[in-house]
Amino acid sequence: MSFLSLGLSLIFVLIPLILSKTLNLGLGKDTFIATIRSIIQLIAVGYVLTFVFESGSYLFIILMVALMIGAATHNAQKKGASIKGIVWKLIFTFIFIEILTQSILLGFQITPPTAQYIIPISGMVVGNSMVLSILFLNRFTAEIQTQKKETELLLSLGGTPKQAIHLPLIHSIKASLIPTIESQKTIGLVQLPGMMSGQIIAGADPIQAVQFQLLILFLLLTTAAVTSIMLGFLSYPTLFNERMQMLKIKKDEEE
Amino acid sequence: MQQSNDVTGKVAIELNHVSYSDEGLDIIKDVSGILPEGKITTFVGPSGAGKTTIFRLLNGLISPINGDIYLFGENTQSIEPTELRRTVGIALQDATMLRGSVYKNLAMPKTLQNQEFQKEEAEHLLTQVGLDASFLNRDVADLSGGQRQKVSIARTLVNQPRVLLLDEITSSLDRISTSDIEHLIQHINQEFAVTIAWITHNLEQALHIGDYTWVMMNGELIESGNTDLLENPADPRVQQFVKGDWQ
Repeated sequence: MSFLSLGLSLIFVLIPLILSKTLNLGLGKDTFIATIRSIIQLIAVGYVLTFVFESGSYLFIILMVALMIGAATHNAQKKGASIKGIVWKLIFTFIFIEILTQSILLGFQITPPTAQYIIPISGMVVGNSMVLSILFLNRFTAEIQTQKKETELLLSLGGTPKQAIHLPLIHSIKASLIPTIESQKTIGLVQLPGMMSGQIIAGADPIQAVQFQLLILFLLLTTAAVTSIMLGFLSYPTLFNERMQMLKIKKDEEE
Repeated sequence: MQQSNDVTGKVAIELNHVSYSDEGLDIIKDVSGILPEGKITTFVGPSGAGKTTIFRLLNGLISPINGDIYLFGENTQSIEPTELRRTVGIALQDATMLRGSVYKNLAMPKTLQNQEFQKEEAEHLLTQVGLDASFLNRDVADLSGGQRQKVSIARTLVNQPRVLLLDEITSSLDRISTSDIEHLIQHINQEFAVTIAWITHNLEQALHIGDYTWVMMNGELIESGNTDLLENPADPRVQQFVKGDWQ
């Protein structure tokens, strides 16, 4: 794609700007900022990736992944601000999921151990894990509030914190996994996934593109399940003290 | 605090200078008192007096900021929390139910201990609380207020508690259901020698069902002793409260 073609693609930014102005939606400023940010961020990432790919150094790959994990943690922690030590729990979850997925991919030689594969796949894994964390934390903190009476009832009957929090925890894990599972059911029928579309546009064989997309889909299924379950089991003990009493949780600043 | 000394026999629970605060607000202020073993102790006092908080402290759902609570002579802080909560059972005003059948609710205390709860045991328990066996498979959503309360009490009894805490369990019930529950509690108290603590807003109820009484106001235990103290209170604030003049 030439720079002229890219410049012309800004028409797609102008349309929502005009619509916002005409209908007084008040989204003009945000749309403008989002456009500028995406241009700067993606161009910068493009140059950084070129540098990392050319250097072939694993140190830069690790730094890139660390950067992704840092940004994902920063974004997700706002939704779990009421859970003690949420930052470390998120970092631990993202690192674990990254090591797990890359170990399988590289260990079974499914993908080659190069920056060209590791970085984009890590981006998808960590990004998906971040979205799952936000969905889970959002639901979990709400469930704790709405099911407080039931949780205290189970404690009062002699249940342990794990038994008392079981239902809110399972509901939250299930709810956070539904979008991933549901979107996989209609994939290819309703929408062509972004990565696959990108490969096809870039001239790759569609079957080859489908194979890679399937790999990513399966990977994201593991990412989703492990993220929610791990974060859930790391988070619930902080809601209780050593006398198995339920601690008060502060309302999220974000809400 | 006025405390009459005409109580004889053993003590089930003793509070020794117990205080509790939440978010900087003093809810329980230096409370010392006893619950005589095998008796029915009624808790009376205006709303916000701290009666429910005392029950939550006794069941171990919260811990005192200061002071100690003794259960049959043992400091509750040294009792394993699950054991404490099984020994000191609590039934709350709203009779919170877990979604599902009456049987699921009754079996829950056993399920929490990974134990089976036989249907025959559940049926027997239902009969004890005045409900027939046909209730076992009913959905709790279809129960009336009184029936829910009975199931809630039966569920607490599954753990065979030595102390039973009842938090305004008849406040939203009609006269007949209230009378049923009062008889049931007296039966449990006499038949199984369970120590009962009962929060009530109804002074008539406190007088005819209680052996011993605590009068609480603003987080303090103002007066305690044999229930007839309500007929002739020593403290002027309690006199006002009994007359219905307390604001």
